[in-house]
Amino acid sequence: MNPVTTVSRRAFMVGSGAGSLGISFGLASAWATLDAAHAQGFGGTTSGNAFSPNGWVHFGTDGSVTLVSPAAEMGQGTMTAMPMLLAEELDLDWKQVKVVQAPAHSKIFGNPRFGGGMVTGASRTVAGYYDPIRLAGLQARLVMVQAAADMLKVPAAELRTEKSTVIHSASGRKLSYAQIAKVAQAPAELPKVDKAMLKPMSQFKIIGTDIARVDVASKSNGTAKFGIDQRMPGMLWASVLRAPLHREKLESVDDAATRALPGVKNVVRLPYGVAVVADSFHTARQGRDLLKAQWSSTSKARSHNSAAVLAEYVARSQNLSDAGVEFAKHGDTPAQLAGAVKTFSATYTSEMVSHICLEPMNCTAKVEGDQVEVWAPSQSPSFIIGALSGAAGFKPENIKINITLLGGGFGRRVEPDYALDAALVAKAMPGTPIQVIWTREDDITHDKYRPLTSQHLVAGVDAQGKLVGLLHRVVSEGIYARVAPPAFKASGGKDQPVMEGVEISYGVPGHLVQFMIEERGVDAGFWRAVGPGYTKFAIETLIDEVARGVGRDPLGYRLDMLGQHPRARAVLNQVAQMAGWGRGMPAGRALGLAFSDAWNSMIGMVAEVSIKDGKPVVHQVWAAVDPGHAVQPKNIEVQVEGSVIYGLSAALHEKITLKNGEPQETNLNSYRVLRANETPLVNVKVMPSDNHPGGMGEVGLPPIAPAVANAVAALTGKRLRSLPFTSV
Amino acid sequence: MTQMTVNNQKVSLDTPADTPLLWAIREKLNLTGTKFGCGIAQCGACTVHLDGAPVRSCSVPVSAVSGRKITTIEGLMKTRTGKALEAAWNQVQTPQCGYCQSGQLMAAADLLNKAKKTLSREDILSAMSGHICRCGTYNQIAQAVALAQKTLKGGQA
Repeated sequence: MNPVTTVSRRAFMVGSGAGSLGISFGLASAWATLDAAHAQGFGGTTSGNAFSPNGWVHFGTDGSVTLVSPAAEMGQGTMTAMPMLLAEELDLDWKQVKVVQAPAHSKIFGNPRFGGGMVTGASRTVAGYYDPIRLAGLQARLVMVQAAADMLKVPAAELRTEKSTVIHSASGRKLSYAQIAKVAQAPAELPKVDKAMLKPMSQFKIIGTDIARVDVASKSNGTAKFGIDQRMPGMLWASVLRAPLHREKLESVDDAATRALPGVKNVVRLPYGVAVVADSFHTARQGRDLLKAQWSSTSKARSHNSAAVLAEYVARSQNLSDAGVEFAKHGDTPAQLAGAVKTFSATYTSEMVSHICLEPMNCTAKVEGDQVEVWAPSQSPSFIIGALSGAAGFKPENIKINITLLGGGFGRRVEPDYALDAALVAKAMPGTPIQVIWTREDDITHDKYRPLTSQHLVAGVDAQGKLVGLLHRVVSEGIYARVAPPAFKASGGKDQPVMEGVEISYGVPGHLVQFMIEERGVDAGFWRAVGPGYTKFAIETLIDEVARGVGRDPLGYRLDMLGQHPRARAVLNQVAQMAGWGRGMPAGRALGLAFSDAWNSMIGMVAEVSIKDGKPVVHQVWAAVDPGHAVQPKNIEVQVEGSVIYGLSAALHEKITLKNGEPQETNLNSYRVLRANETPLVNVKVMPSDNHPGGMGEVGLPPIAPAVANAVAALTGKRLRSLPFTSV
Repeated sequence: MTQMTVNNQKVSLDTPADTPLLWAIREKLNLTGTKFGCGIAQCGACTVHLDGAPVRSCSVPVSAVSGRKITTIEGLMKTRTGKALEAAWNQVQTPQCGYCQSGQLMAAADLLNKAKKTLSREDILSAMSGHICRCGTYNQIAQAVALAQKTLKGGQA
């Protein structure tokens, strides 16, 4: 269902507040406008100094145009990309554009690829909003053209638009959108629009250009405001003591010493912990350290020791009689493997990894009566509404959410736990704004890690060395099983985010994928490129091993299997050319190749690697990527580069070790991440094609670990099959 | 009561003496450009200049800065070096999420102020490896620092 065309009449409104919008990140004005519209049931009323053909765009009579950006800005550039889509169909002069963050009105601003929910993640923002937002822009343009036609008394068909102006070519008359906005009336019925009316790629004037990102200026001088920078009169800070591991219960707490600490204002019991409220965060944290809490010791996770559990996962993945859930099936894989001339099998593991958003989890909330307002650096207003209406007892219509800039997201900020903290504490102290800040130790200890996995793969080849069968078995905790149990159950136990990336473009007659779920009480969560981060690692290193094993070059072997996929072949050929695949290498250096088709974006990647002290050193990375329509090519380059570095950090260094369920790494002195002096040069070529845009925020991550591992194999003959890499 | 100079202004703070400078700056002086990242001087997000040298404000108690001069990102941006860095950061479109960038800019300013030669990519990445960027903008930071150095040398800032 298309949310724009179905709700557009209801979304129609003329706001009186939009004309006062001045700053790009001023949420208050957008709220005022949308609240006014909300109060009016989104019915059209006239008057005021701004005109809004639908909820997405607001024309000021001063010439400004305010565009609403629906997704969370966490560095991926969405606050520029979404407005660019609107501006394209509206034929706007970009210089006049101001951008505001959408309020949490999912009926207007929801993403159809999240069932209409407001969630930013899984590389679905451009992909999901691409048609609805352009349709909204087109619809708004048609309203302006009709209004101009009425003003000029000419047929609308004689008018064209360019740079925020409607032009009547025959008479040479022009009307700016600002002039039209002064007199335009809401039409009784909004013009009908459909996809066939959208501009073809050849006519794009804004999509595909490198417009400066709207959030960069304030992030280049320290003035950008993140969630943690929210300030309100009378605001207090809170620090929350949680159980040392998931799902333990508080049995008792002695807070006498805490309450005696000067500056402590309150100690609030939460269903899962204790919050200390003080006049500074430092005092709140000190007070929290003085709490003497007793916890239950019944959590299932108590028996979780990483090395032992991983060994059990490995054994299960290798036990072929345990078929698990059939996740995907193409052809008759057992028969293909039985008939194979040669088989290759290997087991791959990945440790849990933490997100480390540099802005620790935090949220600010204020409760007045039965109303709660929150300021959250969140990837998902919809999840916050779910948590606050469930666990905090607020009616959904009484929850107002302001999404701030996010200091990193990476999937962590889809979870609403920190927002629930703030709402519950604020509920205990009505009228007082409360800012909850997690320490870095809280952030790592109570993270929802990328799951521990073991994968066992078996590949079979025929007499010509052609891959005829591939069995892919994955053992992991579930993610949907935790965050969306009904959807998980309805899918027949197929955990999509855990298993993402197992589908392949390679033509293989028999391909069978099995999922064996584990339920050991440790919360697994979304992490940048969750599933493909380990599934593509397994597939791409095994393909490389098979190619070498049958005496083929890994590039040619892949190209042969991609006969039906010209886009895939093109990125591989391009990256091979960029990296000089097949050239003579200096002593001690080798190249490794990998490919990914996750999120409908095609990417080929080559890494140049040497070995130092038994560990890979990555000197340079080349990538060629076909994202379909490329909204911001330069930004795509740095998104690929950023996800390469995030993935390389995990592959080289990152690991959470659980001991009796408790993480042993709790801050950046024990949890090591990649630093500037380990950063390779990354060369990215964007190859746009006339296809619906695929995902971009994660696409560089899946191929980096296998590209490095394949280079290590070329260099040493040893296969790296664990994430993070073991020493060679 | 601790007295100090912050961005060329004398201030008196009545925070407990053991309060980390970071929280005094963010909460009492309401200068929120300086960020909290790890609290143990590992990530660099909270970097300020103390008597002209970079320190991790999360790990410096207010009592240790009595009578001393502090420059935060807000103060840096009023200087010639700060303005050159800001322009270069914009030109390269350096930040992604942006949260680490205040600390990166403070470190970059110190690097440029001390540099005696033209800095290479490796020089910059090595000097700034105490500053974590999870978005992976390290190469863009290196480009922007080199660009700012060029601007400052050319006297254009």
